[in-house]
Amino acid sequence: MTEASRQFDFEGRIARDEKIEPNDWMPSRYRRQLVRMISQHAHSEVVGMLPEGNWITRAPSLRRKISLLAKVQDEAGHGLYLYGAAETLGAEREDLINLLLGGDARYSSIFNYPSVTWGDVGVIGWLVDQAAMVNQTMLTKCSYGPYARAMIQICKEENFHKRQGMEIMAVLSAGTSAQRAMAQDALDRWWWPTLMMFGPPDEESPHSSELIGWKVKMKSNDELRQWFVDLAVPQAEALDLQIPDSELVRDNKTGHWISGPINWDEFRSILRGEGPCNRERIESRRESHLEGAWVREAARAYEEKCRKKKALERESL
Amino acid sequence: MTSGKVDDSLWEVFLQEKNNSGHVHVGSLRACGSEEALQAARDVYARRGSPISIWVALSESIVASTPADAPSFFDPKDAKSFRYPNYYKVPRTLKDA
Repeated sequence: MTEASRQFDFEGRIARDEKIEPNDWMPSRYRRQLVRMISQHAHSEVVGMLPEGNWITRAPSLRRKISLLAKVQDEAGHGLYLYGAAETLGAEREDLINLLLGGDARYSSIFNYPSVTWGDVGVIGWLVDQAAMVNQTMLTKCSYGPYARAMIQICKEENFHKRQGMEIMAVLSAGTSAQRAMAQDALDRWWWPTLMMFGPPDEESPHSSELIGWKVKMKSNDELRQWFVDLAVPQAEALDLQIPDSELVRDNKTGHWISGPINWDEFRSILRGEGPCNRERIESRRESHLEGAWVREAARAYEEKCRKKKALERESL
Repeated sequence: MTSGKVDDSLWEVFLQEKNNSGHVHVGSLRACGSEEALQAARDVYARRGSPISIWVALSESIVASTPADAPSFFDPKDAKSFRYPNYYKVPRTLKDA
């Protein structure tokens, strides 16, 4: 088959909503874009453990602590599902991780904000995880099979993350005036960064049209952002909290909630590495990678020992 | 940055979720031996529910047909209708259990 007929065949399969599997022919750009997207997604899960991990030892009760531990453990698992999906495209996990540790890979902009109060843990579950779910629900239908399947697994688990966040917010919001203030302050700081999670506006999103054409992305950044805002506004109302957007208004014709302008300069500065926690996040990842070195070495040494033992047993037979 | 080359092998993970269901492929992971692979598979792919068992197999040991070859490799689904119960005409009066 010629390159052109392969390409034609591939596009036909995308049009028929067939899933592309690891051993199938695919355009090299499709492969590269997927590796970029899946590995960024994997890094986001792993770096996303840091702002919440910060609160494990300070959770206000044992109940909150076990939830948070389980949630952070889930994020590690999600990172592994995704590195696994990236590896089906021929990428090496070690290379991807080295790109992250070297500061050369991107991850979700949201994790470069600090989690300074317990209210932040609530808002991360309620809003950040909900935004991630909006994005990931769309990705369960993506054209690359292993990515779509990893998303299905992740979405199943993510629901608990969202609900534990909602519970924290509901309790704070119904609490003392100090607790209410803590909940509102957290919402004030996280609302806009959460809207930025969906990426730049459609007209400035460099990869979007190609990814949508390949059915890697099924909806545009702005469409997903709108979907999220429409979910979150009534929830904030139910929590009796104020969304920090004085221009937020409901369009009575479409029923959509229309946000005021997003500060894209802030978003771009975070992508340039100038966010409040960019440096700290990478530093923490490097440290824990180094601290884990002995575990990896020990596992390898143990495996070597078992192999030798087995070989000896075979000889003595 | 990393301490030496990670020579962990790639393993495929198959999970049996319920009694009497088959093992279903759920993903892959890196581990340097079978014992580590099994434990990591439990931690990564079986954090919920009450799974019955996990299989791990070295990815390189799996032999697979490719989806692209499916039309020539498999019989066309409808070419052998005599393999289906509806192919056979049975009088209405002859009830089966």
